[in-house]
Amino acid sequence: MKRQIPLVLVFIFGVLLAIQYFIPSEPSQKGYEFVLDWITIIGIFAMVLGIWSQIHVGYYKIRHRAEDWKYSVVTMVSMFGMIFLGLSPFGGLQGTTFRLIYTNIFIPIQATIFALLAFYIASASYRAFRARSAVSTVLLVAALLLMLRVIPMGPLADPINKIGSWMLLVPNLAAKRAILIGVGLGGVATALKIVLGIERSYLGKD
Amino acid sequence: MEQTASMSTQIWTTVGIFLTFCLFSFLYKDNPFYKFAEHLVVGVSVGYWAILLYYTNLRQNLLDHLFQPGTWTPKFDELYYIIPALLGIAMWTRFSKKYSWISRYPLALFLGISSGIAIPVTMKNNVLSQLRGTVVGLGFDWSTSGFLGVPQGFWDVVVVVGTISSLIYFFFSKEHKGAWGGAAKLGIYTLMIGFGATFGYTVMARISLLIGRIQAIQDWWKLLG
Repeated sequence: MKRQIPLVLVFIFGVLLAIQYFIPSEPSQKGYEFVLDWITIIGIFAMVLGIWSQIHVGYYKIRHRAEDWKYSVVTMVSMFGMIFLGLSPFGGLQGTTFRLIYTNIFIPIQATIFALLAFYIASASYRAFRARSAVSTVLLVAALLLMLRVIPMGPLADPINKIGSWMLLVPNLAAKRAILIGVGLGGVATALKIVLGIERSYLGKD
Repeated sequence: MEQTASMSTQIWTTVGIFLTFCLFSFLYKDNPFYKFAEHLVVGVSVGYWAILLYYTNLRQNLLDHLFQPGTWTPKFDELYYIIPALLGIAMWTRFSKKYSWISRYPLALFLGISSGIAIPVTMKNNVLSQLRGTVVGLGFDWSTSGFLGVPQGFWDVVVVVGTISSLIYFFFSKEHKGAWGGAAKLGIYTLMIGFGATFGYTVMARISLLIGRIQAIQDWWKLLG
């Protein structure tokens, strides 16, 4: 019962939803929207597990005065503060302080973290792009051409732009299509394995 | 702008710039300022997403079906929405060692529904549409002059060859030797151009963000001045 019923549920719902795609009728569409609501609701409740895990780790570190425990206080205070300010009595999503924190803390920090990567990507590209083989040379030339396209290059601008456009529309398109097809086939294979009960790691042990 | 900026705007902008400097300090080495900003963003983003999901998902998809919108007055015409709510709550049995097996039921439902939806949709969007885009019109347009004055039809053929050879590179059930190996080699070169283009775009996006932050610091300086 602990393992068989979940497997049966996965199989029944998996097969039904796969067949539903090929039935273009109103009840079928309604059923689809209904179960979509269901998994959204289950997903939201599952999010609580993530938040609980965050609280648990933070609490453990603070209680045991683990290394860098003071920073866990920062995380906990900011998390509960944000949740508190986002509740309806304080204006919800449109609450003044909630918006101010989002605009002046959340956005600048996120942008800066990604901007910080500009420095590391520069050093990584130096290491990756050293033309040690024909394959890495192709990688280097492709990346350089793409970046040079947006720089004013005088008389070289037109040929670089043409080569860059060709590169994006021919070899790059072929590579992206191959990757998408590969990812798609992999995704379908994994989904099939789950529906057919071959992939059971989600059941855990025992 | 400088004259109309309120004290509140100045304080909040200063906070944002202070955090920007905290994060940039990591370029020197890991330090308490960086750690502070890093932990702050974790907390703020968890709180933000929790609230966002509550209003945009939990409320719309569940609470508005069980209660009069915007109130806690129950309504009984869609009471069956209590089933996914109970299944969602069953996920919390993961906290208990004894009853954690109950969480397999909602998880199974979630996986079954998602997998069932994903099979035809992924097959259509990722596989069939891409194959269709690759072969429809293949080599027919010999009248249009493309790159290097070569007819577009030729480049369509090159796209097909590039796609197939790239797929061959990812096929490991047959040893990459002989003609098969040659095709796989052509595939890796095609893929490298694709990866190079992606890398170039990533670098540009990051540089653009860096410019944005430097401009924000400049604006803040003007605001204070």
